Amino acid sequence: MAPATARIALVGNPNSGKTALFNALTGSRQKVANYAGVTVERKEGTITTASGRTVSVLDLPGAYSLRARSPDEAVTRDAVLGQLKGETPPDLVVCVADATNLRLVLRLILELRQVGRPMVLALNMYDIAERQGLRIDIEGLAAAIGAPIVTTVATRRRGVEDLVAQIEAKVEALAGAGALEGSNTWHEPSPAEIRQAHAEAQRLMKAYVRPAERPDTLTGRIDAVLLHPVAGLAILLSLLFVMFQAVFAWAGPLMDGIEGGLGALGGLVAAALPDGLMESLIVDGLIAGVGSVLVFLPQILILFLFIILLEDFGYMARAAFLMDRIMGGAGLHGRAFIPLLSSFACAIPGIMATRVIDSRRDRLTTIMVAPLMACSARIPVYTLIIAAFIPNQTVWGVVSLQGLVMSGLYTAGIASALVISFIARRLFWRGQVEPFLMELPTYKTPDPKSVLSNLWQRAAIFISRAGRIILPLMVLIWTLATFPYPPEGATGPAIDYSFAGQLGHLLHPLFAPIGFNWQMTVALIPGMAAREVAVGALGTVYAVADAEAQAGTLAGALSADWSLAMGLAFLTWYVFAPQCAPTLAVVKRETNSWLWPAVMFAYMVTLAYLAAMGVYHGAVALGWG
Amino acid sequence: MDELSIHPMSATLGAAFREAPLSQARLGDRGIIAAVGAPAAQGRGGLAAEELERRLLELGFVEGAEIEMIHQGALGGDPIAVRLDDMRVALRRRDAAEIIIRLTGEA
Repeated sequence: MAPATARIALVGNPNSGKTALFNALTGSRQKVANYAGVTVERKEGTITTASGRTVSVLDLPGAYSLRARSPDEAVTRDAVLGQLKGETPPDLVVCVADATNLRLVLRLILELRQVGRPMVLALNMYDIAERQGLRIDIEGLAAAIGAPIVTTVATRRRGVEDLVAQIEAKVEALAGAGALEGSNTWHEPSPAEIRQAHAEAQRLMKAYVRPAERPDTLTGRIDAVLLHPVAGLAILLSLLFVMFQAVFAWAGPLMDGIEGGLGALGGLVAAALPDGLMESLIVDGLIAGVGSVLVFLPQILILFLFIILLEDFGYMARAAFLMDRIMGGAGLHGRAFIPLLSSFACAIPGIMATRVIDSRRDRLTTIMVAPLMACSARIPVYTLIIAAFIPNQTVWGVVSLQGLVMSGLYTAGIASALVISFIARRLFWRGQVEPFLMELPTYKTPDPKSVLSNLWQRAAIFISRAGRIILPLMVLIWTLATFPYPPEGATGPAIDYSFAGQLGHLLHPLFAPIGFNWQMTVALIPGMAAREVAVGALGTVYAVADAEAQAGTLAGALSADWSLAMGLAFLTWYVFAPQCAPTLAVVKRETNSWLWPAVMFAYMVTLAYLAAMGVYHGAVALGWG
Repeated sequence: MDELSIHPMSATLGAAFREAPLSQARLGDRGIIAAVGAPAAQGRGGLAAEELERRLLELGFVEGAEIEMIHQGALGGDPIAVRLDDMRVALRRRDAAEIIIRLTGEA
């Protein structure tokens, strides 16, 4: 009979190589999901020991202390204490430590000992410690902390078998599933108790660790350049430039490929199915709708590849350092930089990336302004309207006027995000400045295997979320735009007679003050699925078949029908309006409440309305009406 | 100094060394942390002050730790980065006001 299964949990400081060790232990046998009721990522994998025992491994979020400050750290605390709702308490805790940076983790180990859960200590990155001439009296330290110690190099899979054997031996000796070795005496430490623990950790360091003979100097030398007040900022800006070039230029062919593939799939399905409702639902609703989001996958993958590489190298903390003052002026945290950057591709991964921000207030502010960053779904709308209304000429000799308007739209998004967060900070969360405390980790060469597996996980999460959130929305919007059918002998486009069309006509008086005609209002409704769907919808209303391929024709139709003031008002609306139901759905998921998507919708609609009204009337006054 | 000793005993330091909050440090200043979280709780509630003290302690800002100011931001020299024993940590000067260092070397 195979031995019973066991559960272990990995705990450790951030940057201890815990996730690399998790990957080395479990290989590709991993599952990523969320913990029940909270938006903390739950990573679980399995290993099979030499004796055939199955061990499930939970990779807990990194923490410096069990005294939790963020939802992530609360999960770590509750899982270790065995109090996490819906989770079986772990039989064993594996504490992962960066062997070259033991002081802080020793204090965490002392806290873990208070909990009394059986423990194994993995001294990771042991090769670097050896190279530096750092000496650790492993037997002595193991006796002092009362837990076996294994040395590992997770990225090279060194010591992984030893660790599994040690886990097996510990599990064998267990009193019972989830049992503690002693009684749990853990409580939130007071400042005095933290000082005491530091003193104890210091005593252990002195007794069992001889400091490095050749400490790492590379990180210091790299930082001298990357954190330089002038050179550092210049490098950061260049990196961003390369990243945007990559996101927008390299992704192009791949996106065309996906679009072509989905178009072909739609054609095949359309040919296979009899004409009618089912065909329309599958081709126009599901394939086209999900496709309109999937098409952003190449951009998101390229963006995440950059982010994961920079994160694994250790640069992201430096970027937050360089940007903190600039973002802080607007009331944002330095760590908000990455989520906002991701939002230029798509606000959905951007909002998901706000999980790195500890403080709830800072995180909410970042979530609220993320959709103001000009995501790539706005590009088709911007391009269409600019092509229709902005003459293709150069100003000041070299600058393209169309390009200038495009950058103006991006700048408007960024500037409004800074202003909104500044106002939010001043008005609602006054005086609540969260501390900015961040370890600047040692630089490391990213491990290609772990980068790829991370990238694959990101892609899988994006696809599954897109599927689950967007599919039902697409069906709803398709229904609104399809039913009821136009009456016999109708002359206008079919959408005009549908619920969406009726809703557009109904809403038109509301939009008349900002210069929209009813066609524009009707296009806004299917455009709630994703911003670029508005292009197709305008095509439908103006009876231009295949609007995306025939953008020139559509632009011609628009410039004949709209005034310049109307075109500018429509552009302004698209800078600010919450024209993206999936984003609102993701905000609901991430904040676990309908309040925040409602707040987001309300403030963005108000902002869009007022800005479009101002632009419209300003343009009319200038004689562009 | 003992080869194994990472934190020199405070007693070995003479009274001649100047004490100053880390928030006023300049590039290249180095010293030993003399106090954390004590005097500069202005503008924060009592609870927030203790919370900051605990966070600083948890990240290794503890009395006796060796500290050196190694980087500062372009605007107003904020935030700052310090070498703290074997680690590097970034923080804002505002939060650094809670840390008093005994300067052993000044820039």
